[in-house]
Amino acid sequence: MTLTHYLVLAAILFTIGAVGVLVRRNAIVVFMCVELMLNSANLTLVTFARAHGGVDGQVMAFFVMVVAAAEVVVGLAIIMSIYRTRRSASVDDANLLKY
Amino acid sequence: MPAEGLLAWSWLVIALPLAGAAVLLVGGRRTDRWGHVLGTATVLGSFVLALLAAIQLSGLAHRSVGVDLFTFISAGSLDVRAGLLIDPLSVGFMLLITGVGALIHIYSIGYMAHDPGRRRFFAYLNLFVAAMLLLVMGNSFVALYVGWEGVGLASYLLIAFWYTRPAAATAAKKAFIMNRVGDVGLALAIFLMFAKLGTTSYAGVFGSVGTLAGGTITALGLLLLLGACGKSGQFPLQAWLPDAMEGPTPVSALIHAATMVTAGVYLIARSAPIYDATPAARTVVMCIGALTLLIGAIAGCAFDDIKKVLAYSTVSQIGYMFLAVGLGPVGYVAALAHLFAHGFFKAGLFLGAGSVMHAMNDQVDMRRFGGLWKKLPITFWTFTLGYVALIGLIPFSGYWTKDAIINATFDRGDWLGYALGIAAVLGAGLTAFYMTRLMIMTFFGRPRWEDGVHPHEAPAVMTAPMVVLAVGSVVAGYVLVEAFPLSHWMAPLFGAPKEATHVIAPLTFGIGITLVALLGVALAWLFVGRREVPVTAPVRVSPVVRAARNALYADTINESLFMRPGQWLTRALVFFDNRGVDGAVNGMAATLGGSSARLGRTQTGFVRTYALGMLGGAVLVAAALLAVTAG
Repeated sequence: MTLTHYLVLAAILFTIGAVGVLVRRNAIVVFMCVELMLNSANLTLVTFARAHGGVDGQVMAFFVMVVAAAEVVVGLAIIMSIYRTRRSASVDDANLLKY
Repeated sequence: MPAEGLLAWSWLVIALPLAGAAVLLVGGRRTDRWGHVLGTATVLGSFVLALLAAIQLSGLAHRSVGVDLFTFISAGSLDVRAGLLIDPLSVGFMLLITGVGALIHIYSIGYMAHDPGRRRFFAYLNLFVAAMLLLVMGNSFVALYVGWEGVGLASYLLIAFWYTRPAAATAAKKAFIMNRVGDVGLALAIFLMFAKLGTTSYAGVFGSVGTLAGGTITALGLLLLLGACGKSGQFPLQAWLPDAMEGPTPVSALIHAATMVTAGVYLIARSAPIYDATPAARTVVMCIGALTLLIGAIAGCAFDDIKKVLAYSTVSQIGYMFLAVGLGPVGYVAALAHLFAHGFFKAGLFLGAGSVMHAMNDQVDMRRFGGLWKKLPITFWTFTLGYVALIGLIPFSGYWTKDAIINATFDRGDWLGYALGIAAVLGAGLTAFYMTRLMIMTFFGRPRWEDGVHPHEAPAVMTAPMVVLAVGSVVAGYVLVEAFPLSHWMAPLFGAPKEATHVIAPLTFGIGITLVALLGVALAWLFVGRREVPVTAPVRVSPVVRAARNALYADTINESLFMRPGQWLTRALVFFDNRGVDGAVNGMAATLGGSSARLGRTQTGFVRTYALGMLGGAVLVAAALLAVTAG
């Protein structure tokens, strides 16, 4: 298995995640797609770490995972409170920024 | 020469009325009870100081002293110091202004007794006296200009004293604007002096007149003449004076008879060294004087308003003074003698008219007077003395002073002297005519009073000044020309009096003038006195009378030449301002509003659109980075 396979896999995962963020209506599914994008970035980092022979990429992947966890906590809390007030988890319904 | 002793305190003469005006205006209603007393006291104080200054000045060998006061303007190379010049000319005017002014202040105590604004009236009168004194006492053209503007302001405030009357407000505006037109001339003359000579002090300018080019001197003379015409109501700026009669009668007496309107004559007399060097400007001065004296005399024959007749008489008499100052060195003294005598009898006539109006419930239409000589004896006799002085019957004032002017005009010997002299003689005849008409319509004949009018003589506070002025009217002419000749007093300024070569023998001339005046009197009796005076003015009259009633169409000409084009210009500018300027500004605002509304529609509130935008932006940045690092 060469480097290229891992990078292509990461790109495919990133694209699926990006399309999912844009297309899906449910806020939690959008979040899952964001996590998918983060994990594809992790895969890229680890792949290059293996390619260069050092551990820098793997350490950065740890950081990314921590940040992703914190972000999920905050994001799910926001979605929960929006659901409680609006009775809907659809991103289309949060349109109060309309001019 | 710097002033010593009492003369160094001459600035008090101006400061007293100025302080009086300040106290009365700032103090407001608190000073209402004693305001008139303070106002009169300051002017009386100034008169006493002026008298003492005159006495001290006459004792000096060199009768011209200067009082340096303070630095007025100091900007770079421009240094203008404020100072006073006390010499025979300024002292003569100081005595006239404060003396006649004090009498009119005393008269106003009685005339304005029932007016709630009496304190304000005295404040404005004091302001006027202070400004006029500054005008005649200043030692530079800039100081004169400050006083010039001050009297213009005071005149505006006093004409519109009863400011709730639209006619008074309009007349004040007209007076101020026409004065302004003249002031442009004076201002341009001052600018020219600064540009060419670097100074406007009398000593500086008159000392360097010889260094100027002939064209510059003539330009100075003509510009100063324009200023003088505006202030003195001469052609073509004479239309404001009769309208100024909307003000209270003491104002007409003081400002529009004795003092402010004579400021133009003062200006030309003071600028004698300039005029001596430019015969062309002098000729213009003379022609304007002669033309104005005829315009005033013709118009004065046709009005029924007693104050307007006296106003046109003033315009005409100042025309005589302008004619005299235009004659050159021989004429200045004659003009000034006539000016001082005129101050006495014209002020006396106006105060008499005020007394008549006071008796007739403020009526001014002479067709409603008649038969008043028995009811108002003191007024009648003081008025009569002023009348004979004005028409120039020997031996009263007008004879000596007017005779001197007309004599000097003929003595020129050339065709211009004869033409202007004949005009002046014609004017004298017309003067006698309209003044006699005024006397007949007012005092004689059957009473044509309105219902409810009970003529009564004025109180002593009003008749006393009239008596003093009447005495002055009788003796002033003889005193100024023969007994203590003005020419000797004014010698330091205009040179020693020269014996003139007369074209016509003086005695013949004197008799001739008196005969012309008597002819005017006789014609007036013929046309006005022999029949009943109609209560309403006749409508079917000759074109000459109609022209005279319209003041020779001066107002019509002013309206069509200046007012209507001015109104059109105003309307065009307003149109341009509303459509053009406002259109541009409002259009810009509308454009911004419209575009912001359209752009605002991108804010849909749709979260996924925002996410797509973010993705697109990130892709662009990545592509740009790749292009930069790969290229």
